[in-house]
Amino acid sequence: MELGPYLILGLLEGLVTAAVLSLMALGLSLVFGVMRVVNVAHGEFFMVGAVLAWIIANAVDSHPAVNFLAALLLAPPATALLAAIADRLVLKRVAYDPERTIVATIGLLYIIQQVTLMTYGPDARPVEAPFNHRLSIPFVEWTESGMALYWPWGLGTTSYKLAVIGAAVLLLGAIWLLMTRTRIGLVMRATQLDSEMARAFAVPVDRVYAAVFGLGAGLAALAGVLIVPIQQAHYLMGHDPLLLSFIVVIIGGLGSLPGTVVAALLIGISDGMISVFFTPTLAKIIATLGVAFVLIFRPQGLFGRKGL
Amino acid sequence: MLNVENLSSGYGDIRVLHDVSFTVEGGEIVCLLGRNGAGKTTCLKTIMGLLRARSGSVTCGDVEVSRLPANEVPRHGIGYIPQGRRLFAELTVAENLEIGLMVRGKGRETRDRVLEMFPRLGERLNQRADTLSGGEQQMLATGRALCIEPSVLLLDEPTEGLQPSMIEQIRQAVTALRDRGVAILLVEQRVDAVLSIANRVVFLENGRSHPAIDAGELKTNPNLLHRFIGV
Ligand SMILES: Nc1ncnc2c1ncn2[C@@H]1O[C@H](COP(=O)(O)OP(=O)(O)OP(=O)(O)O)[C@@H](O)[C@H]1O
Ligand SMILES: [Mg+2]
Repeated sequence: MELGPYLILGLLEGLVTAAVLSLMALGLSLVFGVMRVVNVAHGEFFMVGAVLAWIIANAVDSHPAVNFLAALLLAPPATALLAAIADRLVLKRVAYDPERTIVATIGLLYIIQQVTLMTYGPDARPVEAPFNHRLSIPFVEWTESGMALYWPWGLGTTSYKLAVIGAAVLLLGAIWLLMTRTRIGLVMRATQLDSEMARAFAVPVDRVYAAVFGLGAGLAALAGVLIVPIQQAHYLMGHDPLLLSFIVVIIGGLGSLPGTVVAALLIGISDGMISVFFTPTLAKIIATLGVAFVLIFRPQGLFGRKGL
Repeated sequence: MLNVENLSSGYGDIRVLHDVSFTVEGGEIVCLLGRNGAGKTTCLKTIMGLLRARSGSVTCGDVEVSRLPANEVPRHGIGYIPQGRRLFAELTVAENLEIGLMVRGKGRETRDRVLEMFPRLGERLNQRADTLSGGEQQMLATGRALCIEPSVLLLDEPTEGLQPSMIEQIRQAVTALRDRGVAILLVEQRVDAVLSIANRVVFLENGRSHPAIDAGELKTNPNLLHRFIGV
């Protein structure tokens, strides 16, 4: 196979990573932006989404598409509810103090992980994709009679992966509309800018916080559900996505939706490319170096504002 | 209308207000005067419920608002124009007003009335609040509070850093509201401005209030001013 098909393959794999990553990082960024909480347990909500997807799919036990749809509709709200309860029981009690919330969410991380290990167990388990057609991708080559299409061996994707990319685009658009065009979004943005003044204008800040924490966790869970037909559900699966989300959020600039999406694309696609040509480990090394450079030369992130 | 009784509050372990008492009736302007750090802003924040009252009470009409969570206080018709304006900086003019309108579910009519009062805001509805000039920002802070159609209005140094023509515009807005029956509690440093519009004056000294004095009496007896605020 020549170089070109490899590039396309890397791009496609990278777009899938970017899709999942942007949803997850957006959740992290929302929670930090509005609540000033660095949620170290964010990766666990991703894991809970995937594990719940497996549990729900098994409980429904029907056609794969039905199982998956049930998981997609139920797992994220259930995870969001869990997070909202954690907000009330834990974060509110430490008054959203920035340092204490970090410690509190580290505690949350281990509790969620261990409870999952004790109930769901240490195995990695798959959920069958709702549909999974193999799609071969044609490429052009020059022959004596001019340009011609051919199907290089190994260049292909699945309909499910394309659907993941499409779903992420739709969801990101929906979140953007929610934040910019609705009253709920307006209230969230006002709370983010000045929570005391928001209170003075009748915004129930506690409830906004619970909702934002739930929304952030719900987005992570959604990413987990989308990934589980590709990756399998496992109680430790939250670590890498958490790290990558932090990288995305630092590069993109905290609280910036476009920044988050661009940085997720950057990280996802370079991850895909480097993994296809070299090794996934090199991809992680380069991403981490990228973060170091951003922190040195543009600490507010590519799209962030100074003084955030 | 607004009744503050033996109110005490502070920050953490620091007590700032001690047994502050005064009333503001509908249709009058009461000025809160005091040196820097006397506790004027702290008093307004406590009335809004943003600081917990340690003891004493705040009632608005028949409602003891000091028992309520902060976010329910404005629903009882208390509008707040904070010191330094505290606009939602990255929201537009229209969005800042919308936050005010949502407090008591007011709509177009209220908004139109506010924009009539401050036409400059109407020309800049889609401009971000932090790009407005200082005077325009004060108009927006005022407009945002008026969007809840308050029966009590708290103003914390609304003329800080404004030029005379803007000050005059704010003064007119405040007297117009008083004439409509709104109870107005005004914190102001500039004594001349205070004496020209206030009905009564309450002095705060180290977090303690003195009984209210009629503005007319202060004009004829300037050594009272000297005693409390050193002018
Ligand atoms: N967040 C805070 N934490 C601790 N102490 C505070 C806080 N805010 C104000 N104080 C203290 O409370 C006292 C009263 O402050 P306040 O802002 O109410 O004064 P003020 O009368 O409004 O003054 P100014 O005229 O300068 O606005 C001051 O001694 C101040 O240092
Ligand atoms: Mg003050």
